[in-house]
Amino acid sequence: MMELYLDLLSSPCRSVFLFPKVVGIPFEFKHVDLLSGQQHSEEFGKISIVRKVPVMKDGSFILTESTAILQYLAQKYSSSVADHWYPADLQQRARVDEYLSWQHMNLRAHGTKVLLLKFMYPLVMDSEPPKEKVDAAVEDLNQSLKLLEEKFLQSKPFIIGEQISLADLVAIVELMQPTGVGVDVFEGRPKLIAWRERVKQVLGEELFDETHEKIMKASSRKQRTPQMEMMKPRLQKLLG
Amino acid sequence: MALELYLDLHSQPCRSVYMFAKKNNIPFEFKKISLLDGEQYGEEFGKITLIRQVPALRDGDFCLAESIAILLYLAEKFKTADFWYPADLQQRARINEYLSWQHTGIRLHGSKVFWLQLLLPKLLGVEVPQDKLDAALEDLDSSLKLIEEKFIQDKPFIAGDHISLADLVAIAEVMQPVGSGLDVFEGRPKLSAWRDRVQAAIGKELFDEAHQMILGGVPVMDVSKMQVLKSKIIRLFL
Repeated sequence: MMELYLDLLSSPCRSVFLFPKVVGIPFEFKHVDLLSGQQHSEEFGKISIVRKVPVMKDGSFILTESTAILQYLAQKYSSSVADHWYPADLQQRARVDEYLSWQHMNLRAHGTKVLLLKFMYPLVMDSEPPKEKVDAAVEDLNQSLKLLEEKFLQSKPFIIGEQISLADLVAIVELMQPTGVGVDVFEGRPKLIAWRERVKQVLGEELFDETHEKIMKASSRKQRTPQMEMMKPRLQKLLG
Repeated sequence: MALELYLDLHSQPCRSVYMFAKKNNIPFEFKKISLLDGEQYGEEFGKITLIRQVPALRDGDFCLAESIAILLYLAEKFKTADFWYPADLQQRARINEYLSWQHTGIRLHGSKVFWLQLLLPKLLGVEVPQDKLDAALEDLDSSLKLIEEKFIQDKPFIAGDHISLADLVAIAEVMQPVGSGLDVFEGRPKLSAWRDRVQAAIGKELFDEAHQMILGGVPVMDVSKMQVLKSKIIRLFL
């Protein structure tokens, strides 16, 4: 059976978790505990030298990168996965590809930075992050949210139009990242809220909430683990 | 109306799209957008894409941004040879994996080195702290190492025996820091050999043509037009 190496604290893991669940592709959930540094274990290094999650193992074929995994699953199970997830139509597919590409350095990058500053920084560095850094990160995130609304959604129900696709899935899990640590990206954005509700309805509210349980409880985690020390250099680099 | 490609060959993703279209004889109109002159912030370009980045494509009334999306669109629309983006499930997945990883895996680091080493100090007169440059060079080094060890390994090209979109996107990124004077191929025989194969597969003439701008050193510019870009770059990299 296909194995998916995941930690639901990670947004790309959540999209890779949700997709097969929603479309009925069976898999074995292999937990990789990021906060205790399991990605640095020798065992996990044999799965992927990049040492990130998610990772898919389908027989002897190992694949990293959530968008690649989602595209692989959509293609492999194309006879049973509805077309709208990753349409065969040239222009519609291009719209999905455009979002999946743009989001890396925009919504994902800025949402992650806000999460690292607000959640990981106090835990690892034992002090509050510099205010101007947090403000700059939140401003960048706001710019991405603006573009999500004005360019990608506009007045359509979903990113590519009438139906949900991989683009909405990848978008929604990233929005939950800063939300989970107290930066509610939906506040004051009725258009985004309405879109979120539509996405939740298609995915299934119970499944959506179950998937996001860990990230939504992130703020309540006060326990510092020794492995968090390894995050220090990354955080210092982030802040410059 | 012919297909329009909005490009600035200083930009890595523009070079990948340019080389792909030219190599495959895809007819297009080259619409120059000068990034250093701030043309991406103009009203006209805003009508093409709100993302305000290059490359961008206009095909009739269909506008598209993001080089990866553009490459996949062109490959499909013009039915280019299978090896560019194979129909085979696993081969295609390998290419998608690279195309996804590269955004933060190499693109970010190569761009950073290019700006910190060349354009910020030499064009804009912004002082770059040594520790920032060192950190950027370190990140770039790790990226190049991963390209060799994970993506190329002992294969001729990223997806195997043939060149693909992955190599095209990779080579443009790897060449960026070269433009700021860093020989990324020095001490990396595997990467050099791969570059030679990619160059041969693309064709030396086309490769050189695409990279002429980036290898031309510090451009002669009116830097007063660069204020918006300057503050974005400082925010991003410093």
